[in-house]
Amino acid sequence: MQFDSFQALISMGGHGFYVWVSYGAFILVILALILATVIQRRQVISHHRRLMRSEAHRQGSGGKKHDASGS
Amino acid sequence: MRSESRVSVHFAAGEEGWLRAAFETVRREWLVAFRNRQDLINPLVFFVLIVSLFPLGVSPEPEFLRQAGPGIIWVAALLAILLSLNLLFRNDYADGHLEQWVLSPQPLALLALARVAAVWVTTVLPLILLVPVLGVMLHLPAATGMVLVLTLLAGTPILVLVGAIGAALTVSLRGSGVLLVLIMTPFYVPVLIFGTGAVTAAAEGAPITGHLALLGAMLSLAVVLAPLAIAGALRISVSNG
Amino acid sequence: MWQWFHKLGSPKWFFGIAGRLMPWLGWLALVVLSVGVVWGLLFAPADYQQGDSYRIIFIHVPAAYLGQSLYVAMAVAGLVGLVWRMKMADTFIASATTVGAGMTFLALLTGAVWGKPTWGTWWIWDARLTSMLLLLFLYLGVMALRGAMEDPDIRARASAILVIVGVVNIPIIKYSVEWWNTLHQPATIKVTEAPSMPVSMWAPLLICLLGFHLLVAWLILWRMRNDILLRERRARWVREWVLAQ
Repeated sequence: MQFDSFQALISMGGHGFYVWVSYGAFILVILALILATVIQRRQVISHHRRLMRSEAHRQGSGGKKHDASGS
Repeated sequence: MRSESRVSVHFAAGEEGWLRAAFETVRREWLVAFRNRQDLINPLVFFVLIVSLFPLGVSPEPEFLRQAGPGIIWVAALLAILLSLNLLFRNDYADGHLEQWVLSPQPLALLALARVAAVWVTTVLPLILLVPVLGVMLHLPAATGMVLVLTLLAGTPILVLVGAIGAALTVSLRGSGVLLVLIMTPFYVPVLIFGTGAVTAAAEGAPITGHLALLGAMLSLAVVLAPLAIAGALRISVSNG
Repeated sequence: MWQWFHKLGSPKWFFGIAGRLMPWLGWLALVVLSVGVVWGLLFAPADYQQGDSYRIIFIHVPAAYLGQSLYVAMAVAGLVGLVWRMKMADTFIASATTVGAGMTFLALLTGAVWGKPTWGTWWIWDARLTSMLLLLFLYLGVMALRGAMEDPDIRARASAILVIVGVVNIPIIKYSVEWWNTLHQPATIKVTEAPSMPVSMWAPLLICLLGFHLLVAWLILWRMRNDILLRERRARWVREWVLAQ
């Protein structure tokens, strides 16, 4: 270990602010990307749920039953 | 034999037709330009306005203006070009002329090149002709002004060629020209750097042949490649119908 | 080989494979990054000239590298998508843009922060930072273009063209910015360049680089799966998958 104490680790030879801000930014950017992707996934799934609901409506109120087209 | 009776442009079928088609494109550009003079004047006014903002907003000191002047003029010209490029294909897209272009038997890239050349003459050349006047307003020495005009002559065709790619990509979109500025600005940086670099070098008495050679190389690349990209982009934008 | 290429164009196949790969990539990324970061922060020796502030390199260099290589990958995907009409190519572009922009932003931020203890200013118009800024603008341009287009086919082909034109311009932009920089800056140590490094320094750097790659791959595959779910919304297998969630 390059540092004798926890204090030394935080202080990083006087440059602690810069080093820790950089690593903090790293964590934040990754968390932001993950969060964005989770939100994206939720949006896609809720979009699907809405789609299936509106189709169920149409099937229920309509006459003929249509098979959901698939591939 | 195919002829478009709309807008009085006739494209002949066959190989010999392409030169004729190119001339027709340029001729049409002139006609449209003179019929819509406002569209030509607006970029000029914009150009002068932007340049005028700098003495007002920063400093009217001759020392500052002499140093910042070439860069200010270059940036203002760049922005004016981007704004006018926004209109480049829009009217044609609206009246369906663009579709005819895409469907015509002539190589689309060539028509695009002819169009861009015509636009440069009608829209950008007037800007460059104004530069000596602006140079006086910015206290630029005559020699610097001449080099500035030279770099603009060499560099603005590149801006129009590359910008036309963006204009072709965005022609079917509603909205302001800010999108075009956003997309195109990174591509304009090299031209800006060497254009203004040449003027700075000239002001210090250094040779500018290197800068001009680089601008010339970029221009050659743009002349060859950009029309292909413009054609591709036009085909994409029109395909939605 | 061609069979694999053909399979790559099938959203359902890709969805499955990506789903199986993701946990591996994710956990590996976590482990490798942890090792690399701890090694770089705690165990790598301090730099002779810059002291401990150089440790930012373990974040800055991988982020910068990935910001650039993702753009190139997007251009390749754009070309593939235009030539072979592959929908999956656009899925890649859609998914990689945000990640690439994030990496470039991180590189920019860490590069600027690194400059403060070395140069005394929070920002400096040196060649690397300026090029990185322009790369960020390129990414933002792609995002802006895609955001303005609704038709998926036009959006795919238009962004492909924009990214390809961008990739052609990147060397030109870098060269011109470097040239510009030599005019306007005194020739001094480039703050954001890697100092010549002994093994004890470049080993953790390589590990961090690997970790970043794994992380980015994990993120992009995840985003691609989301995009596939949206694109193939009419497909039965998608419906069944959503119902199972």
